[in-house]
Amino acid sequence: MHRFANPAEFNRLADAILPWAKIIMAAAFAYGLYLALFTSPPDYQQGESVRIMYVHVPAAWMSMFTYMVVAAASFTALVWRHPVALLAGKAAAPIGATFTALALITGMLWGKPMWGTYWVWDGRLTSVLVLFFLYLGYMALWRGLDEEDKAGRAASILALVGVVNIPIIKFSVDWWNTLHQPSSVMRMDGPTMPAEMLWPLLTVALAFKAYFIVVFLYRMKLEINLRKLTVLSSIEARG
Amino acid sequence: MAGLKTRKKQRLVVASVAVAAVAGAILLVLFALGGDSLSLFLQPSAVHAKEIEVGKRFRLGGLVAPGSFVKAEDGLTYNFTITDCAADVPVSFKGILPDLFREGQGVVTEGRLNADGTFVADTVLAKHDENYAPPGTMPKNAEACTHPEGLDSGYGNSSGSR
Amino acid sequence: MTEFLHMGGYATFVWTAYGLTAAALIVLALSSIRGAQKTRERVEALRPRRRKGE
Repeated sequence: MHRFANPAEFNRLADAILPWAKIIMAAAFAYGLYLALFTSPPDYQQGESVRIMYVHVPAAWMSMFTYMVVAAASFTALVWRHPVALLAGKAAAPIGATFTALALITGMLWGKPMWGTYWVWDGRLTSVLVLFFLYLGYMALWRGLDEEDKAGRAASILALVGVVNIPIIKFSVDWWNTLHQPSSVMRMDGPTMPAEMLWPLLTVALAFKAYFIVVFLYRMKLEINLRKLTVLSSIEARG
Repeated sequence: MAGLKTRKKQRLVVASVAVAAVAGAILLVLFALGGDSLSLFLQPSAVHAKEIEVGKRFRLGGLVAPGSFVKAEDGLTYNFTITDCAADVPVSFKGILPDLFREGQGVVTEGRLNADGTFVADTVLAKHDENYAPPGTMPKNAEACTHPEGLDSGYGNSSGSR
Repeated sequence: MTEFLHMGGYATFVWTAYGLTAAALIVLALSSIRGAQKTRERVEALRPRRRKGE
């Protein structure tokens, strides 16, 4: 863990990972989209509209995964006063917000033709909207407070409080009656879809995960540079 | 150095306890106050159990009972029965049904009970289950009412059994 | 081909979902890469001046 504490060390590590992550990302996107759009069958009930699932479900998974990254980074930053961990949360949040927005929007575009409505205030949809607002709140706190240390601490505390929303999202479909259906993949008795639908889903999910790594590393570089700029300009100001 | 270590340990404990406490409190409130009120709809058993008054607006959900769907003579009104395999409620609806609406599949409707116990719906949404399959095949636990455990997996059993 | 684009009548929904996903992911990736480059240039522009001053 302490290896990442040094920004120079981090940059070297990032440059070593990036080419591999990019190759995996490109290959998984190409193969995943090919499977999702061309080889996978339509659904016996939903017809061709089921293809929205191959972007909707991975985006929803990433929205929760990224939140856990932000929360873990915030925890590390608060407990061990780890400057790089603090920046990791800041770097990951916009990616998570994007995936959450995509999960919501693709879900609406799937809901309209299948359910007959873009939106209902059921447990699942509402808790994912709350997740989106948690990301926005986290990013707003970073921007809103002038003192960077205070801003980072406030944002991190919000991120930790919001962790409770993750099990709520996951189990909302089991605890309450919802319009949204229960999980098809992450369930005790195994996936409820055939391999020719599961593979495209998992391949796109891999592509999204690799995409996250690539963009996260670039955003870390960005945040580290910004931090250096603050330090350098304060040295400059002091003469 | 030892002082720094204890302070870090202290922060670790405080942060962990705080996160657990906040999460626990929120989850507790959800369970204590939540229950049915956080559910989007009531199932037929709950409708019978609660003796909901005539004219009160609520959402009713469940399966469209196989063989119950009838198009009325005016060509605009549809009659069908919503079941949760334990109880039934007859439903009447005038409007456009969603693409996924079919017998044996889930629906969520919104409307009011009338004096003869029919639920007059003004909205019908289709609820699809967690099963996916290619055309012409059946997924592994498709028909909820023919499998005793089907209800468990398809429709949160909360309001029906509590 | 037209049948493929038609998506069994769900073309608007399916292609909007894929299009928006692609657009959002591309915009986020490009802005992150550009941001990393721009901030690095700014850091490098500040550094030599500081060294000279030392």
